[in-house]
Amino acid sequence: MTTRRDFLRGCLAGGAAAAATVVPEVACARDTLQRPPEALGLLYDATLCVGCQACVAACKQVNANPAEFTAVDKLWDTPLDTSGHTFNLIKMYRNGTMETKDAETNGFAFMKTSCMHCADPSCVSACPVSAMTKDPLTGVVGYDADACIGCRYCVAACPFGIPKYQYDSPTGKIGKCELCRHRHKDGHYSACAEVCPTGATLFGRTEDLLAEAKRRLALKPGEWTTMPRGRLAKPGETAEEAARWKGLRNQDYAAQVGAYKQHVYGETEYGGTQVLKLSAVEFEKVGMPNLPPKAAAATSETIQHSLYGGLVMPLAVLAGLTWVAKRNVVHDEDDKQGGQS
Amino acid sequence: MANTSLIQLENNPQIDAAAERLSMSRREFLQFCAALATTLGLPQGADAAVAEAVATKKRPSVIWLHFQECTGCSESILRAEHPTLEKLILDIISLDYHETLFAAAGHQVEAARHAAMRENKGQYILVVEGAIPTRDNGVYCKIGGKTALELLKECAADAAAVIAIGSCASWGGMPSTGPNPTGASSVDKVLGKPVVTIPGCPPNPYNFLTTVVHFLTFGALPAVDHLGRPKFAYSRLIHENCERRAHFDAGRFAMEFGDDGHRKGYCLYKLGCKGPETYANCSVILFGDAGAGTWPVACGHPCIGCTEQGVGFEKPIHAMAKLKNIEPSAFLPRIVEEKGMGASLGSAAVLAAVAGAAAGAGAMVAKNLGLSHQAEEMERAKQEASTSARSEG
Repeated sequence: MTTRRDFLRGCLAGGAAAAATVVPEVACARDTLQRPPEALGLLYDATLCVGCQACVAACKQVNANPAEFTAVDKLWDTPLDTSGHTFNLIKMYRNGTMETKDAETNGFAFMKTSCMHCADPSCVSACPVSAMTKDPLTGVVGYDADACIGCRYCVAACPFGIPKYQYDSPTGKIGKCELCRHRHKDGHYSACAEVCPTGATLFGRTEDLLAEAKRRLALKPGEWTTMPRGRLAKPGETAEEAARWKGLRNQDYAAQVGAYKQHVYGETEYGGTQVLKLSAVEFEKVGMPNLPPKAAAATSETIQHSLYGGLVMPLAVLAGLTWVAKRNVVHDEDDKQGGQS
Repeated sequence: MANTSLIQLENNPQIDAAAERLSMSRREFLQFCAALATTLGLPQGADAAVAEAVATKKRPSVIWLHFQECTGCSESILRAEHPTLEKLILDIISLDYHETLFAAAGHQVEAARHAAMRENKGQYILVVEGAIPTRDNGVYCKIGGKTALELLKECAADAAAVIAIGSCASWGGMPSTGPNPTGASSVDKVLGKPVVTIPGCPPNPYNFLTTVVHFLTFGALPAVDHLGRPKFAYSRLIHENCERRAHFDAGRFAMEFGDDGHRKGYCLYKLGCKGPETYANCSVILFGDAGAGTWPVACGHPCIGCTEQGVGFEKPIHAMAKLKNIEPSAFLPRIVEEKGMGASLGSAAVLAAVAGAAAGAGAMVAKNLGLSHQAEEMERAKQEASTSARSEG
């Protein structure tokens, strides 16, 4: 006669067998995503930066962010780090006497801190509700406050510490650079690049920016060269394509080539980022972490999707628990006598 | 320093006489002296010293030579307004030789120069305007049959001080730009010794006047930088005190002449303003005594860097300036900014005490858990034993 216990035991065995056959199919690895071909981004050249913070001021203005005070007099916007209300910040590397710009010892150097717009963003991967999205065309990592549930997984996930939560508000949102995508339709590009007087922050297609960065690395330090400012035009850009963007088309000027470290930060890091950086000081010293070409999002999603694909892990865990439970259960017949007393 | 109190100059007839000589009221005269002292960056009380010196000392004899130049420097000096320059050059200094301003001509004026040099040997101030052509033995500039080279060496030999006025005299200026067919050179190179330079095209008259009055008051020329420029006027970048600086910091730039930003008075850096690499006080004392807005940048033209060798007349006007004032800012955050502070000794002690108490309490509870159960069991066993004994009994 089939008891209730036998029925359950049969179900479990069947489930485990089914799971075992499903596992090889779902455990497929996810590759690191690559930049879309028309990806937009920035090129930040620390050797051109003069630390005027025009980009910080412009960013605050176009994103309607309030000033943040860290000094007692509360006169100047002096954020110490990016925050829910500061999406872009120029930080400074300091060493010794701080005499020479872009020198690693006894020098100082500037570094822009803002969203890198990763090809394979960890924040998008970690977001449980798709409030963090990556635009399939421009590659801009955007944020949708209406979809956000405030879990702040993106804050923990980002290797650059960029998405920040507005802890000062009961209805706080995530604050981060979205490459001024809300201004793109009016023909405005990233405000930080628009106002940069030296072209240290340059806006354009990441592909063109990468070529420009490599051109600079190939030049001899101290040599005079033409540096673009504002927006870097795509090679062979037609007047029609240029008309999409406002502002002067050609703001080139002559400047001296910096003593770069031979590395374009963001070319391969985590599968590449859309914001690229050049520096004369080692990148790790100016707060840019050393990242492998394989994105963390690819690793974690491979593990997660393998484990949860076809409910494999829940079933396996249930089977294991049941087995342990069964082993520890004392059979009814054993305590029949005791039960009668 | 001589006198340091204006009160001591009260009822001083010499001050009144000096004021009258300069066609000023006594009050205006003292204000003028205070203004010169302030331009020099002198401490409080220096105005009295300047006033006393101007009123009492013998007017220094000045010999002014013109070489390869446009006379713009002299024109600039003529447009100083307080006091008007004719008063200054006739009454504060004794301008004994100046080719443009002299009424006399020919042998007469050359005789005046020789007379002044003889009478004030080792006492006079030599002011040189214009570059000195050196190629082909300096034949490209001759006055009274003498080349500029000869004239300069002759006049400089017995001068108490030599002042090179204008960019041409200071480093060669415009005449020395390539290909420099006349071999135009500067006063210090020709004389082979450093001189005080007042570069500018033209220089601000007050920088010159203040230098002269400094010499008059203290018997020595003011402190100069490595290029011979008086530090009181040429130690600050134009960019540092520019009225448009706020626009630079906020990233608001005029992009083209006549565009919206240009009309609104935005920063001219992107139009090629050389303010960030030019040392001068134009942005502080302005030009021409006509009130605010009277210097190139205020008028909407980028600074051309006329006081800076290698910038003025050499870099194209549209070319971008190299920012010389990139210095570590106190405002910029570090790469990793420490936030909050570590635990204080007091808070650590309190925490340790709480943790210790919790751990102790936990241990006691854990110990007693088993004990109470055991006690209950023993109690029940005792009761059962007594009931069974009773029932048996």
